[in-house]
Amino acid sequence: MQTIQVKSTPLTQKHLALKAKMSAFAGYNMPISYAGIKEEHICVRTNVGVFDVSHMGEFIVKGMDALALVQRVTSNDASKLVAGGIQYACLPNGKGGIVDDLLVYRLADDMCAAGEQAFMLVVNASNIEKDWSWIMSHAADFEVTMQDISEKTGLLALQGPNATKVLEKLTSVKIGDLKYYTFAKGKVAGLDNVLISATGYTGAGGYELYARNSQMEKLWDALFEAGREFNIQPIGLGARDTLRLEKGYCLYGNDIDDTTSPIEAGLGWITKLKKGDFINADLFRNQVKNGVAKKLVGFELSDRRVPRHDHLIENEAGEVIGKVTSGTQSPTLNKPIGMGYVSTNYTAVGSHIWIQMGGGKRFAAKVVKLPFLN
Amino acid sequence: MNFPSNLKYTKEHEWLRIESNDIAYIGVTDFAQSELGDIVYVEVETVGETIEKDEIFGTIEAVKTTSDLFMPVSGEILEFNPLLDQSEGDNPALVNSDPYTEGWIVKIRMTDLAQLKDLMDATTYQNLVA
Repeated sequence: MQTIQVKSTPLTQKHLALKAKMSAFAGYNMPISYAGIKEEHICVRTNVGVFDVSHMGEFIVKGMDALALVQRVTSNDASKLVAGGIQYACLPNGKGGIVDDLLVYRLADDMCAAGEQAFMLVVNASNIEKDWSWIMSHAADFEVTMQDISEKTGLLALQGPNATKVLEKLTSVKIGDLKYYTFAKGKVAGLDNVLISATGYTGAGGYELYARNSQMEKLWDALFEAGREFNIQPIGLGARDTLRLEKGYCLYGNDIDDTTSPIEAGLGWITKLKKGDFINADLFRNQVKNGVAKKLVGFELSDRRVPRHDHLIENEAGEVIGKVTSGTQSPTLNKPIGMGYVSTNYTAVGSHIWIQMGGGKRFAAKVVKLPFLN
Repeated sequence: MNFPSNLKYTKEHEWLRIESNDIAYIGVTDFAQSELGDIVYVEVETVGETIEKDEIFGTIEAVKTTSDLFMPVSGEILEFNPLLDQSEGDNPALVNSDPYTEGWIVKIRMTDLAQLKDLMDATTYQNLVA
């Protein structure tokens, strides 16, 4: 008999006390929803909510060649980062696919000896071990030390238009001055050395707060106390998925994986072909120059049926031209939306495609510009 | 969670309420609506058709997932709840808020009453989902 070990986050007891609907996700027992996905989604879009995303993985890369290694394994140009800067990037897998997507944090130089650089890489929970082995397998020629701090690091996402008003009650860090995709370290709710990052995968604005496991309960309580006047709510992974999809953000394992290239996925903007050599650079240059056979597009349905991952996409004649990678009923737009890969002939905005939902039923859809929600 | 004792239940998480003789109402249980989460659309395009036990008579779309609806017993679909129907009430969230009364899905004429003995009573169903 096989027993599967499901891990807890430092806040699992809080979620259970709130009667969250829990489910195993990436090996962790995670809250999927509390009040309901729609209500939580709208709360983040219009107000403010808190997500426990402590399952995410964090690696520290440090040393004389830290920048060189990050440049080698990630697609974006980390040489452009100054201390306090953050980049979205992916790890090409050597075959033109994607090992994972990640955030690259350029840490302050005071963490380093002279000539060294330090980065924090934030990766998907489901890929922690895969990413670690992959990066390590390329680290041999570089003078770096790597540390996996995932197990001792917690992460909360405070997201929504009122996030700044909540957080500024708890810290003297000038968070209003933090530009999107930058970070600062400081005291939050009396807790030392919290990393405040002006990021989040919701498109609603806000912050992500990295802290030690032992600080997480106190941080969680402090955010809810400070947010009470705004009616702050806990938000589960269900709404995280609908929020990111409305913004056209890719989810690893759905929209991108080891078989999709960043060029196909519309991630050309994080694939810096002029930065010098990196894994699969030539292959991607070739794809940009000669084109790719399929591309990730967004589409909307006029019917009420909802597209789901793995539904086939057809042309008018009924030929299969692609596959749905993500789909939901958009709580903001109140209609079904989805993303999927289609043959390049059908990627133009306005193209008519059909989603095959089984039982001989297919529904008309139209390719639209991403994001669904500006 | 609530499982009224006057209803019969299936392992597919539907309930059936006998209205009179061979007429019955069908819906999904409190457990089912809770598992599905926010229901955004109920599709029933089988009114007037006679459908066998365990066959699909409709589909529920929730934000997170899609679920087919199965006949608890064989019967003719007489009516689709107009409160849910997108061309009338268009309020599928009633299945979440009131799964046993306002949120009923179809009214049927049962064609084989002997099949009723295969359905579960409230206690048996409650033990199944507990």
